[in-house]
Amino acid sequence: MRQLLSGNEAVARGAWEAGVQVASAYPGTPSTEILETFARYPNVYAEWAPNEKVAVDVAVGAAYAGRRALAAMKHVGVNVAADSIFYASMTGMEAGLVIVTADDPDMHSSQNEQDNRRYAKFARIPCLEPSDSQEAKDLVGVALNLSEQFDTPVFLRMTTRICHTSAPVELREQKQIVPHLDKFPRNPAKYVMVPAHARKRHPVIEERVQRLAEWADTFPYNRIEWGDTALGIVTCGVAYQYAREVFPHASILRLGMTYPLPPTMVREFAARVDRLIVIEELDPFVEEEIRLMGIACEGKSIFPRCGEFDPRIVRESAIQAGLLPESARVPVATLDKPEIPPRPPVLCPGCPHRAVFYLLNKRQVPVTGDIGCYTLGLLPPLSAVHTCGCMGAGIGQAHGADKAGIGERMAAVIGDSTFFHTGMPALANVAYNRSQVVTIILDNRTTGMTGHQPNPGTGYTLQQQETRVLDLEALVRALGIERVKTVPAYEVRAIDETLKEYLKAEGPSVLIVREECALLPGARQRWKALQVMAEQCNGCTLCFRIGCPAILKSDELDAKTQRPKATIDPLLCTGCEVCAQVCPRHAILFRAQVETR
Amino acid sequence: MTRQYNFLLAGVGGQGTILASNVLAEVGLTAGYDVKKSEVHGMAQRGGSVNTHIRWDAERVYSPLIGLGEADILLVFELAEALRYAEYLKPGGVVVVNRHIIQPITVTSGGARYPSEADLRAVYSLLSERLYLIPGTATAQELGNARVANVVLLGALSTFLPVPEAIWLQVIELRVPARHLALNRQAFLRGRALIQ
Repeated sequence: MRQLLSGNEAVARGAWEAGVQVASAYPGTPSTEILETFARYPNVYAEWAPNEKVAVDVAVGAAYAGRRALAAMKHVGVNVAADSIFYASMTGMEAGLVIVTADDPDMHSSQNEQDNRRYAKFARIPCLEPSDSQEAKDLVGVALNLSEQFDTPVFLRMTTRICHTSAPVELREQKQIVPHLDKFPRNPAKYVMVPAHARKRHPVIEERVQRLAEWADTFPYNRIEWGDTALGIVTCGVAYQYAREVFPHASILRLGMTYPLPPTMVREFAARVDRLIVIEELDPFVEEEIRLMGIACEGKSIFPRCGEFDPRIVRESAIQAGLLPESARVPVATLDKPEIPPRPPVLCPGCPHRAVFYLLNKRQVPVTGDIGCYTLGLLPPLSAVHTCGCMGAGIGQAHGADKAGIGERMAAVIGDSTFFHTGMPALANVAYNRSQVVTIILDNRTTGMTGHQPNPGTGYTLQQQETRVLDLEALVRALGIERVKTVPAYEVRAIDETLKEYLKAEGPSVLIVREECALLPGARQRWKALQVMAEQCNGCTLCFRIGCPAILKSDELDAKTQRPKATIDPLLCTGCEVCAQVCPRHAILFRAQVETR
Repeated sequence: MTRQYNFLLAGVGGQGTILASNVLAEVGLTAGYDVKKSEVHGMAQRGGSVNTHIRWDAERVYSPLIGLGEADILLVFELAEALRYAEYLKPGGVVVVNRHIIQPITVTSGGARYPSEADLRAVYSLLSERLYLIPGTATAQELGNARVANVVLLGALSTFLPVPEAIWLQVIELRVPARHLALNRQAFLRGRALIQ
């Protein structure tokens, strides 16, 4: 049976078919749908871990216990999990372990575009790279077999275009695997990485890389498609598709495994073609590996190192390098266009983060930010986020600036899910080392940006089991912060008063601003559009400064000020009433007023 | 069977471009084409400009992305958004634009200007003779739910493709909640009528 599956859905299917029993992940674009999909298959265990390191440890534990396991994360999640990946490479496991890294060339939803194939070489583990959904599914099974055959974790490296491209996939039945262990292994020489044991394991994993390279020469997903031998292209991942499209007649060595490379195959291919080039997105990883074999090739001298490819980029680069004639160029319309108003992503109408950022901006507070929807508080007119580095960074940054004696009171904003991810140790540090930081936890009762995944604060799990709700306020107190308060997110005055108090108080404090994300089903049921009483509005523009997409400039100008009055788009407004509270002329009706009007 | 179709769908996060893309990809597969559909998730979805590339090929689709100058059909969910993607159109291609305006925050809270419909119409008509500016959202509102504008637009798009109406309706039936089925059927048929 054939079905359209995204690369992520295909990985989930592949894991289920290959008998994966335990999967753990932290949500992150472009990887999120892997676990969401896997969790719906029968007789498997799937969970959201609080962060990627925990996810990898969970998967390693399951694999030590002799059950096939998977951990999935976005590329930067591998940075968080790296410590665990490196020890797992040293120990090996009792059953297959695949770690999916979803890289994000072009940074569609990320802070960098690091090329995680480098981690495979760094950690001495093999790296498989699918070129479409079918291969994504198939390579999960291959990865698990390889993991067991060579006693190593295996990287499955996806990229955004593989993760989020849907293509037909042939489905198969689930493989039945009977675990060979009924007791946890007691094998300290292999699983307890004290120096004496680790010194013995290091040569083992180096020898493993050698054997993997020999195996790579026999691996059917490394394959040569012979064509015209004037040009030989080595390629992998989604770049294979662009290469095939732009160079239909060239000879192609398609790598399904990019670390380690198949040495004999590469040598033979290179020897038979006149000009050898490498087409790969991001780093010259394959290019460098080929050069290390003493073989000359071209790659990043022709194709870009930054951003993702598409057929046009590959074609234009090839024309410039003389690989294709000028006539290969695809004509593009040249239009005399009016200026296009930029359309950046924005906090949604009714977003419970809006009031906080409006107030932080009004009070001109320096704000260290974090990763989530609320990073969008950086954009005008809110303009209230001044740093964003990685998950959990904001609290530590604010503490550092405070300790450096900056002379301004620092605020750190962080979401509920991000706080559980890596915010907690940083807040413990604020409490322990006593800085004046005001930490604001934006608790929207979900993991918002990635599409509403539950977290330790939501009361249910990925597989829809009810569970204990982690009490944020109690947790904050337990970490050593005495001054903590929870305020409803739509109560502008209450937030402002608490903020004012905390910004002057001696010692650290935590303000929890709570309201469920306006896009959650429960919140949607409460949506009710507000209205502007045009006769009361004088176009003062204060409501425009909360940056709500539902508040528009109307065509009607105020007679005195000659400025456009405000109007509310009934299709977008949720009725959060933040604008109504900000309006000094009471021109925006509250929900109760709309109902009785 | 025409050998190949490249579609670019564009709109604003929250307009239902993803559901429309899913239907369009599934229809291609059901009609016997190889299909790829590529979309962007995450940050851009929060009210930002979004797009999906969909390709049908009677033999095999390689690249998931369409390059500039390679789209046979642009289906645009918001009036000014077609400007952003105009260069993707192949000479002689079809442009279908929903005459619905969603003012970006850079216009409502900043100094950017939203182009007039007359200016947009002038540019779009230079882009292609096969230009269709249609009241997709208005039609959906007439049917009682602005959110089915995406299916109205699919109905309009369907008139340019050699796929029987029955396949479209069959796929839509699988993709929308049962309680909204009648509404979505109506939306699709009204969309077809906007072109025919």
